[in-house]
Amino acid sequence: MIIDPVTLIVALITISTPVLLAALGELVVEKAGVLNLGVEGMMIMGAVCGFIVANLTGSPTLAFLAGMAGAAALSAVFAILTQFLMSNQVATGLALTLFGLGLAALLGVGYEGQPIPDVAKPLPEMLRTIPVIGPILLSHDLVTYIAIFAVFAIWYVLKHTRLGLVIRAVGESHDAAHALGYKVIRIRFAAILFGGAMAGLGGAFLSVVYVENWVQGMTAGAGWIALALVVFAAWKPGRVLFGAWLFGGIAALQLRLQAAEIGVPVALLDASPYLVTIIVLVIMSSDRARTALNAPAALGKTFHATG
Amino acid sequence: MIRLEKRPTPSRAWALSTPIIAVILTMIAGGAMFATLGQDPFETIRIIFWDPLFHERFASFSRPQLLVKAGPLILIAIGLSLGFRAGIWNIGAEGQYIVGAIAGAAFGLAFYPSESPLIFPGMVIAGLIGGTLWAMIPALLKVFANTNEILVSLLLVYVAEAMLASAATGWLRNPEGQGFPGSRNLARHAGTDNPELFAGTGMHWGVLAAFVAVIAAYVLFQRHVLGYQIKLAGQAPRAARFSGVNPGRLIILCLGVSGALAGAAGLFEVSGPAGQITIDFNSGYGFTAIIVAFLGRLNPIGILFAGLLMALTYIGGELAQLLLQVPAPAIQAFQGMLLFFLLALDVLSNYRVRIGRERAA
Repeated sequence: MIIDPVTLIVALITISTPVLLAALGELVVEKAGVLNLGVEGMMIMGAVCGFIVANLTGSPTLAFLAGMAGAAALSAVFAILTQFLMSNQVATGLALTLFGLGLAALLGVGYEGQPIPDVAKPLPEMLRTIPVIGPILLSHDLVTYIAIFAVFAIWYVLKHTRLGLVIRAVGESHDAAHALGYKVIRIRFAAILFGGAMAGLGGAFLSVVYVENWVQGMTAGAGWIALALVVFAAWKPGRVLFGAWLFGGIAALQLRLQAAEIGVPVALLDASPYLVTIIVLVIMSSDRARTALNAPAALGKTFHATG
Repeated sequence: MIRLEKRPTPSRAWALSTPIIAVILTMIAGGAMFATLGQDPFETIRIIFWDPLFHERFASFSRPQLLVKAGPLILIAIGLSLGFRAGIWNIGAEGQYIVGAIAGAAFGLAFYPSESPLIFPGMVIAGLIGGTLWAMIPALLKVFANTNEILVSLLLVYVAEAMLASAATGWLRNPEGQGFPGSRNLARHAGTDNPELFAGTGMHWGVLAAFVAVIAAYVLFQRHVLGYQIKLAGQAPRAARFSGVNPGRLIILCLGVSGALAGAAGLFEVSGPAGQITIDFNSGYGFTAIIVAFLGRLNPIGILFAGLLMALTYIGGELAQLLLQVPAPAIQAFQGMLLFFLLALDVLSNYRVRIGRERAA
């Protein structure tokens, strides 16, 4: 049995795109000091909204925008609850996932197997057919390039701009940031919406480009893997990219091994992306001191301005 | 100008009344949701909350279902509430439920076709052990490798589902099942069945276990030092550590108990109402139990009522599906909505709402 490395790499990059987008969004949210466990719910909202709009309008662009808007709207519920009503972030995030899965399934009734337009590749065929480099580097969808660009953009903004400094300040110590006059609630609200839109774009990519169908519960834990990637990456965008590719690589490889029927139990292969995520998470978090150093100090804590 | 002022201690009156207000608000918002689906909101709400209990034609069937559905929800939620109170978040109860069911069913099937009365107790113990072991993975990783228990317990649900698929289609498949997926029917075989204890009530061993768990948890929190330690660890982790509470031991204990109860719930389900191991015998009780735990305010008596109410929405939802063709996922969105309202209203028990400008002290 031979697995073609070029197609494997191409598949890996495609499969990793949804989790990469969602994880980058969550990274910004967590950098602002908010733990939103509703990524899975937001992704599936993005998937269903994107798919419905792709089916109704035939426009992939509108579909992606709808996916982002749908998931951002859902994340706004989380933002209102946690920022204005000061609810527990863990519980609210879980509620967001449970509600999002239900609402998405409800919205998607009747859309399973409906036709959607093909999404055109951004680069001309001449470039895409160059041996090796063509498929690996130049044959991807626009959203995949956006995701990879977002890695650099988010890294740059967080590290080198005033906006990034403010976001990090809010996430490290909301009281200090508040004392300096920054609008903690407003910044966190915006970060949560951004996280929602990113998860939604990831979800829409999943349904409109990768699977090209709507299936109930189709995110299958991708949102949770995105959350794990943020911890694994120690809140660093570059490492999120690496983590997403690692996950995508396992997922792509296990699909090929299943097709090749080499005698490894199917259940083990099915479970392998989740198992690998757990193993990597364990390795990364076992160094207590370093994890504590990297995690935003105010992560998950509720801010209530007094005075 | 509306301001919120933190209360020194949460208001007891609000804590007790917010679940009821949340249910009413959910009915209103849910009614609006059903209206947008083209249903009569009043009729739909009546079918969900009233008809399963009092409709002359359906009640005789639905009433026993109340205990059948509430049993596993309460059993799992009681276990979860221990951890949630201590700030230990086991959200993978669904996985522990599946593994408990597989372990218990495997034990029972290993002795097939024996009808010894010892088999069912053995299956229960196997279910408890299966659930506990599955929960020990996030617990031990949390204690010894500092790994986030939320993510690990949740990711293990997907691993458990893969295991369930392989059990149902492979190593636990009924050898006389003409190649169809699914194990032998445990409920239809004396020795491995979890029968209805009183005809027409829906009461089976799992429901009984749930009631016992409610009482045990009540005693634990009211009378036992461990219950006090759990509450202390959740409210003031530093104080807990100074007073000699070992956080690692608490994590292992809370996750272990919730895993054991979830595993037992899985076994009772698979040997009773579900009847056999199939690819999708698990119906998401492990996740709904999270809502039950919060709706019940993490209080054993509260969880008892919350479990019954959530069971009612399941049965009512099925009825609405049957009578009005309301899509099945609507009820899941409805349950999620309930949790949102509850969390939103928590602000009232933790903060005082002040209208007007702040006066200088």
